[in-house]
Amino acid sequence: MYEREIKITSKYGLHARPAASFVERAGKYDSEIEIVHDGEPANGKSIISLLALAAGKGDRIIIRAEGNDEKDAVNDLADFLKEAE
Amino acid sequence: MVDKKPSVTVKEIQEELSIKLLAGENNIERIIEVSDLKRPGIELAGYWKHFVPERIHILGTTETSFLEGLSKETLTERLEKFYSLDPRAVIITRNIKPMDELIALANKYNIPLLQSELSTTRFISRLTAFLEDKLAPIIFEHGVLVDIYGLGILIRGKSGIGKSETAVELIKRGHRLVADDKINIRAIGERELIGTAPERIKHFLEMRGIGIINVKRLFGAGAIKDSTRIDMVVHLDKWKDDKSYERLGIDTYSTEILGIEIPELTIPVRPGRNIALVLEVAAMNHRLNTMGYNAAEDLAEKIKEKKS
Repeated sequence: MYEREIKITSKYGLHARPAASFVERAGKYDSEIEIVHDGEPANGKSIISLLALAAGKGDRIIIRAEGNDEKDAVNDLADFLKEAE
Repeated sequence: MVDKKPSVTVKEIQEELSIKLLAGENNIERIIEVSDLKRPGIELAGYWKHFVPERIHILGTTETSFLEGLSKETLTERLEKFYSLDPRAVIITRNIKPMDELIALANKYNIPLLQSELSTTRFISRLTAFLEDKLAPIIFEHGVLVDIYGLGILIRGKSGIGKSETAVELIKRGHRLVADDKINIRAIGERELIGTAPERIKHFLEMRGIGIINVKRLFGAGAIKDSTRIDMVVHLDKWKDDKSYERLGIDTYSTEILGIEIPELTIPVRPGRNIALVLEVAAMNHRLNTMGYNAAEDLAEKIKEKKS
């Protein structure tokens, strides 16, 4: 298991479009991906599950992956969230 | 999996059970985390060894009449000790008029003191039911929860295996969706599991290639259900030719969620297989099984009869 905590910096948080891009990117990895916000986990490959978190700008989330490409997955997704506007 | 520890405040209890607050108002937002209650008779008699401050303490006729029989000094001493050990909250039942000391010292130690009109037994059973519901352990599960012929079926499986599509097919066949992709599961009284959809995403479902749909708007109010007991777990697995799947249905498998055993089936999925139909049959068969009928055993019995 590999995980990283990051702060959401994009203006709209992890909402509709960013969430969709995030899920698409997460889907490329074989590992199980989980996002934790405020103690509540969501499936990183499911848009509905991510939207349920309602993670907004400035919130801290944990990106956690388990599988053969866990490290790449977490780092790539963390980079993605940092770049997102 | 990360879980939030469920809790309830004294204020919520006061509002839910409409009981009166007599003292300790400053501490009304105190948190209760256990559903066990305590009648502190033996403590008030002077034995303090197993005092459990985290519980709500109930004073009924027995306790209050015992206190009334004490001398003023002993009463003050016992109550000082009682309140100083910091019971989360103290509730008097039957609308018994509390002694002045009970109120004054509760205020001194800032312990919420409340009063109910119900009899002790009835009050305890109502409070326990409320606490067990509120304090039930909760987990969040990735999966789809549907109601098929009145049975709550939790569909698990890797993303992309077709859980949501299966749910839509089931809805078209007259069954109901409880939650898609994210389910809150609570264990009520260590007996049963109740699944609900998180409020924010209730009625929504994602279908690959189409996007997000609102099941209630599309299929009507009959297509959804707010919560259900979970009776069975169905695991959708990619069909592997070298893996063996259940052929008889004599052996039963189960999985554990929050300490409760739930029957589990593994259904292999391959293109063209009608999973919704398989789940309908699985649900009906499960009902028959719980009524005591097992088709494989019945068949084996018939063959044995014919031989002899």
